[in-house]
Amino acid sequence: MSDTPVIGVLALQGDVREHLVALATADAVARPVRRPEELAEVDGLVLPGGESTTISKLAVLFGMMEPLRARVRDGLPVYGTCAGMILLADKILDPRSGQETVGGIDMIVRRNAFGRQNESFEAAVGIKGVEGDPVEGVFIRAPWVESVGATAEVLAEHEGHIVAVRQGNALATSFHPELTGDHRVHRLFADMVRANRAAESL
Amino acid sequence: MSSTLSENQTPETGTARVKRGMAEQLKGGVIMDVVTPEQAKIAEDAGAVAVMALERVPADIRKDGGVARMSDPDMIEGIIGAVSIPVMAKSRIGHFVEAQVLQSLGVDYIDESEVLTPADEVNHSDKFAFTTPFVCGATNLGEALRRIAEGAAMIRSKGEAGTGNVVEAVRHLRQIKNEIARLRGYDNNELYAAAKELRAPYELVREVAELGKLPVVLFSAGGVATPADAALMRQLGAEGVFVGSGIFKSGDPAKRAAAIVKATTFYDDPKIIAEASRNLGEAMVGINCDTLPETERYANRGW
Repeated sequence: MSDTPVIGVLALQGDVREHLVALATADAVARPVRRPEELAEVDGLVLPGGESTTISKLAVLFGMMEPLRARVRDGLPVYGTCAGMILLADKILDPRSGQETVGGIDMIVRRNAFGRQNESFEAAVGIKGVEGDPVEGVFIRAPWVESVGATAEVLAEHEGHIVAVRQGNALATSFHPELTGDHRVHRLFADMVRANRAAESL
Repeated sequence: MSSTLSENQTPETGTARVKRGMAEQLKGGVIMDVVTPEQAKIAEDAGAVAVMALERVPADIRKDGGVARMSDPDMIEGIIGAVSIPVMAKSRIGHFVEAQVLQSLGVDYIDESEVLTPADEVNHSDKFAFTTPFVCGATNLGEALRRIAEGAAMIRSKGEAGTGNVVEAVRHLRQIKNEIARLRGYDNNELYAAAKELRAPYELVREVAELGKLPVVLFSAGGVATPADAALMRQLGAEGVFVGSGIFKSGDPAKRAAAIVKATTFYDDPKIIAEASRNLGEAMVGINCDTLPETERYANRGW
């Protein structure tokens, strides 16, 4: 087994390219994933930023939702940004009718909680587990987490709202580290993938 | 914009990263023209990544003639209230007050669009003056870079809106991609002259030469009517597509909308595009662009 993990980026829609670039700099082999057979071949998966209602619909329409749920249930390391965070939530506070999620993190998210595009902003965010300066948080029509269950750990807050969460092998942020040149969060995720691979090969 | 933030700084809105980043979230998607809240819901259900709220689709603007303006705020608000995906709306070229109104309504993106009748035949709006990001049309690289220099956070190749004919969309996207490829081959000495020829700022020209792409997201627009049209634009290098009259001027809009979304996602898989193309009912009739008089070519608007 080579030391370099293969990390997929769900490529139904969204800022896939930026995640592929960020993962490559975090010493992972990054590739887009659109089909169940492509999902089967990765050691970890990023659910990118995009439109959560659109990605959720496309995942159902294209037969990806059940395979995604199955792999996440089986412990596949996953990282969701913005729309991806919504997809990883067990519950959406105000879902569009029929909006489904993959789930994986015991949390309730509120979509577009920080407002529409005019309210989108940048702010520094200190994240537990990321050494050094706070990261530059880019929040675009971003969600926040209303509440988390006992097994989910809050990694970051902004103005009293939860904006980063980890539960086991699942990581989620309201903001978009992939839009900055700072790839420390992707490195944290790549390390989670490496640790999971090492544990599985024992 | 790229200044490093310290934790006690107040959050900053309307930065280039937030504006351009918004367009990054739309990539791989289809943005659909809608004229009513009902159409907006059909578009959202079909998997559209955003909707463009307007009073008349380009095909009807062509048919009706007269001056085409920003839409009624009531109608735009109705659409904002009907869907949870982002809502865009059009202002006339150079009509910065229409843009101010659209910003105050809370639209997520403003399209300074040649489809509406231009308000200024010399100047486009100063897009840095807004928190709301702008998308602008372009027929070539110089035009795209002039719009970016004015603050556009997203570019769409213009095509010829309201014709249902993809030929101009192909021409404009190929033109932009070819000019970018040519820049890649230039050495540093040649970039100054290239900037002069492109009538674009040298710094942007150099950035494109280094990146091998525009510094903002590039979509395609103007004439996309079928799933195969959408996939064609993606294969030619568009990061997503705008579909205007092509959907709601066709026989079965819900079905066609979903099919175009599918072909946009799986743009490189002919089997899926074939499947998506079956039994869609009538496509919009379409206009042959070579019979369009110069004065009726929207792509010529913009300077």
